[in-house]
Amino acid sequence: MTGYKVLVVEDSPTMRQLIVFALKRIRGFQIVEANDGVDGLKKLSADKFDLILTDINMPIMDGLKLVSMVRNDPNYKETPIIVITTEGATEDRERALALGANEYITKPIQTMKILETVKKLMSV
Amino acid sequence: MSHHDEEIDAAGRADEFLQVFKKGAEFTQDLLKENERLRFRVVQLEETLKEKGHDTVDESPDAIELKKKIEVLEQEKEEILGQIKVVEEENQNFANRYIEIEEENNMLANLYIASYQLHSTLDFKEVLQIILEIVINLIGAEEFGVLLLDEKTNRLEPVASEGLVTSELPSVAVGEGIIGEAVHSGENYFIDSMEGYERDFEKPIVCIPLKIKEHVIGVIAIYKLFTQKDEFTNVDYELFTLLAGHAATAVFSSRMYSDSERKLSTIQGFIDLLTK
Repeated sequence: MTGYKVLVVEDSPTMRQLIVFALKRIRGFQIVEANDGVDGLKKLSADKFDLILTDINMPIMDGLKLVSMVRNDPNYKETPIIVITTEGATEDRERALALGANEYITKPIQTMKILETVKKLMSV
Repeated sequence: MSHHDEEIDAAGRADEFLQVFKKGAEFTQDLLKENERLRFRVVQLEETLKEKGHDTVDESPDAIELKKKIEVLEQEKEEILGQIKVVEEENQNFANRYIEIEEENNMLANLYIASYQLHSTLDFKEVLQIILEIVINLIGAEEFGVLLLDEKTNRLEPVASEGLVTSELPSVAVGEGIIGEAVHSGENYFIDSMEGYERDFEKPIVCIPLKIKEHVIGVIAIYKLFTQKDEFTNVDYELFTLLAGHAATAVFSSRMYSDSERKLSTIQGFIDLLTK
């Protein structure tokens, strides 16, 4: 398997570490971390990523804005986006999916679900 | 022709007709006999065929050998089917066990990250922030507070919260109500049923004492879980136990460090004054 570049956008260092630690179990993943939406956009423009995982509630720029901007970027039109959030309401899920997110996972962290979703989207 | 001649002629034709009729009757008799003979022959042949056919299956050595082989193969087939069933059950057990081990692995990894984060700093405020993050992201609490024990007053004072205003949380005396009792006993408290629960600062749904060995230094009081989280899992109970230990030592060490830093700075100030 060739290496995949994955961007994890999450303002909580603990949650970020939990996600990164889980993703490192998939061989061939190169993981880059971002603290918020703006940091995420900077890293997305500096490199080419194959998968994006993002929180919603973040300072400076939230995850929904990030999803919307990523989908308007021709380089990332088809890149899978997974939203991982505390927001469990149906309307939040529908909004994120309508903006272009591929999957929506709620917190508390569900490592197995995250791994299954990533494997499904990346066909690994 | 005279009347006498006509009579002789009629009698002759009657004889002729009688002769033809007799011949027809004889021919019919012959046909019936032949038919009966042939039917008898058919029955005979059928019986012979039946007997011959029966003898071939039962008595030919090849047939006996084949029958034995079929019996052996049937037996083997039954055994293989039994073995497949056993293997399928084992496979199912392995699959279930694999999921359990994966869940355990994930839980251990999460616990490792949580404890690593808790002990990654000696800054008191950072430690409190990490405790909040762990309770939000690993347990799934939406509204909760952290209260620490003031040993001078023997009361619990709120120091951090999520989804609530910290200053609105009550100060609680040790031994008073659910929170005070959790500090007094050192035991985790879980509400019996969350159904119909309405937030009451005196009555949290969960209260976890922060303990260093048997010494309680504070509590985490949870008042609301995320809407998608309607019950506690086994992992949650293990997390509560971990938090009770690791969060307590992290809070205690960071507080000690902050105090010693402050004292050091004061002493350094005195020394600077004296030596100038």
